[in-house]
Amino acid sequence: MYAYDELDRTLINERVEEFRDQVKRRLSGELTEDEFKMLRLQNGVYLQLHAYMFRIAIPYGTLSSEQLRRLAHVARRYDRGYGHFTTRQNIQFNWIKLAELPDALGDLAEVGIHAMQTSGNNTRNVTSDQWAGVAPGEIEDPRIWSELIRQYTTLHPEFSFLPRKFKFAITASPHDRAAIKIHDIGLRLHRNAEGETGFEVLVGGGLGRTPFIGKTIKPFVHGRDLLSYVEAILRVYNQYGRRDNIYKARIKILVHELGIDKFAKEVEDEWQEMRDSDTALTLDDAMIEDIRSRFTYPAYEKLPHTPEELKKAAHDPLFERWRKNSVSTHKVQGYAIVTLSLKPVGGPPGDATADQMDALADLADKYSFGEIRVGHEQNLALPHVAKRDLPALWNALDKIGLATPNVNLVSDIIACPGLDYCSLANARSIPIAQELTRRFANHETADLIGRLHINISGCINACGHHHVGHIGILGVEKNGEEFYQITIGGRADENAELGALIGPAVPYGEVADVVEDIVEAYLALRARPDELFVDTVKRLGVEPFRERVYATR
Amino acid sequence: MTSPLEQKKIKITGPSVVTANRTWDGIVIYRTARQDWSAKLSDAAIVRTSDEARALLAESVADDVGAVGAYIAPVEIKESGKIKPGNLREHIRLQGVTIDLPVPA
Repeated sequence: MYAYDELDRTLINERVEEFRDQVKRRLSGELTEDEFKMLRLQNGVYLQLHAYMFRIAIPYGTLSSEQLRRLAHVARRYDRGYGHFTTRQNIQFNWIKLAELPDALGDLAEVGIHAMQTSGNNTRNVTSDQWAGVAPGEIEDPRIWSELIRQYTTLHPEFSFLPRKFKFAITASPHDRAAIKIHDIGLRLHRNAEGETGFEVLVGGGLGRTPFIGKTIKPFVHGRDLLSYVEAILRVYNQYGRRDNIYKARIKILVHELGIDKFAKEVEDEWQEMRDSDTALTLDDAMIEDIRSRFTYPAYEKLPHTPEELKKAAHDPLFERWRKNSVSTHKVQGYAIVTLSLKPVGGPPGDATADQMDALADLADKYSFGEIRVGHEQNLALPHVAKRDLPALWNALDKIGLATPNVNLVSDIIACPGLDYCSLANARSIPIAQELTRRFANHETADLIGRLHINISGCINACGHHHVGHIGILGVEKNGEEFYQITIGGRADENAELGALIGPAVPYGEVADVVEDIVEAYLALRARPDELFVDTVKRLGVEPFRERVYATR
Repeated sequence: MTSPLEQKKIKITGPSVVTANRTWDGIVIYRTARQDWSAKLSDAAIVRTSDEARALLAESVADDVGAVGAYIAPVEIKESGKIKPGNLREHIRLQGVTIDLPVPA
């Protein structure tokens, strides 16, 4: 966990009082909606189809049990008893009243939660690997750098009035769980040939109307230079980025239009000039250490690799299925990382009730040193579970509906809220996801299929990251009806790729059938049982799948 | 959603209403013929010409304290006289989400 200092607490508390005054003035008519809109967006407040939506940041996906309980309280007191975890380590409440929002924000501020950087044309919540600090093979905890960027960019004018929203993601592991290649700036912590720690810097990734995979503009930036280099990128973006056309305002368009080499040179020139004139941006070891020291880590016990409790529970096939699916290797012997699926059969992806949040907070206290993580796949994790406690934890999770053993399988679907909630959507996402989870509810079938990511977006803005789904589903509107374009072969990891369209859009009622056809084609076409869906598509291309889907349509 | 500004150029092709969200709590509301707002579609003022639509929208937008994001939305008038939303989006705004909520209301 990161411990906020007095400055952080003052900032968050002052923001609550500012917003309280802004809401009061809006409701009295002193502020028009045009004047108020930017103010509410700076506090994560959107207007959706049925109500205001309140988006709250969970920086780098780390939550304490106390914070999770407070989210449950907000869900219960101000909303309808549940929250929705998003694809960017945020949580959203969908039914909140503007008049009550300052109180909700105030309740959250008491435990160090805020809604800054969750909307508007500024730096958004800096995301990271949900296994940060516990993943084996990690270079170092990427949250130190995420927090550094969060602090530096919060309220910084260079980062607060950008042409468009701006998203950072940071990973420090060989396997990218933070989807850095689909972010405006992706940072990969690694070591150079001299053994020094630094960042590969990728720029211009993003999905939406014009999707791009991020490109490397500098293979190695030393940690001490991270802020100055990032600021150089933002200065170039602020100088050249388009503000006249919302569809061309993201940095990915600028990178594409300038070309990666020209963009990289502009950044390099800016950076060299800055480095000479603004040494304040060079981080010294004390600054980095100050941030590092505010992250606290559990006092792990010395535990056996395979405790007796685990050997005994291994005889239970249901436990074993869950363990194989949801339990991952921890950097400390005797401990495990437990992923909690928020994708129950027939449930809306990413939703958790207040009761589940409260119960999970208790379990985190009992089994995970009071810490919970949030991943961009819309699942949660307990990062520090002693292996001896796994059987007891599994039983407890099962009782609250958080032990569905489908992590990374076909029913672990990422989906945006879609037309059921969102004012931008053209088509529904959640009912499609629900139907697919029912179709693939059988665990044996899901195991046979293996790793397969389905991503669903209800419009081209791509909050469900459909472009990088192994199977991507995009809702569109045709003559007042919901249709869905299907792509295959996308992926969001270190080998990120955009999926390819398989053919004409299909109507709402046929989407689940089409996905079943694609999966059946894969099972028939794969070279070996362990060839993943996405690898089969890579090997064979789209055509065999297209033939299978459209032969009878 | 089409912004009010863009809708000034739009000609409606059938019966329409003006809808928005109530400022203090965000719920869906409809402009009535009494220059007020109602949460019931059945209370909505129906406009049938572009001039009527533009006038109703202008009046609605002028109430910046009471409502947010007013725009013109198509409706169907059934033989019984009952007003129905003219598209799926408006149907969902009126009836609520098409899924079961995680916590029943």
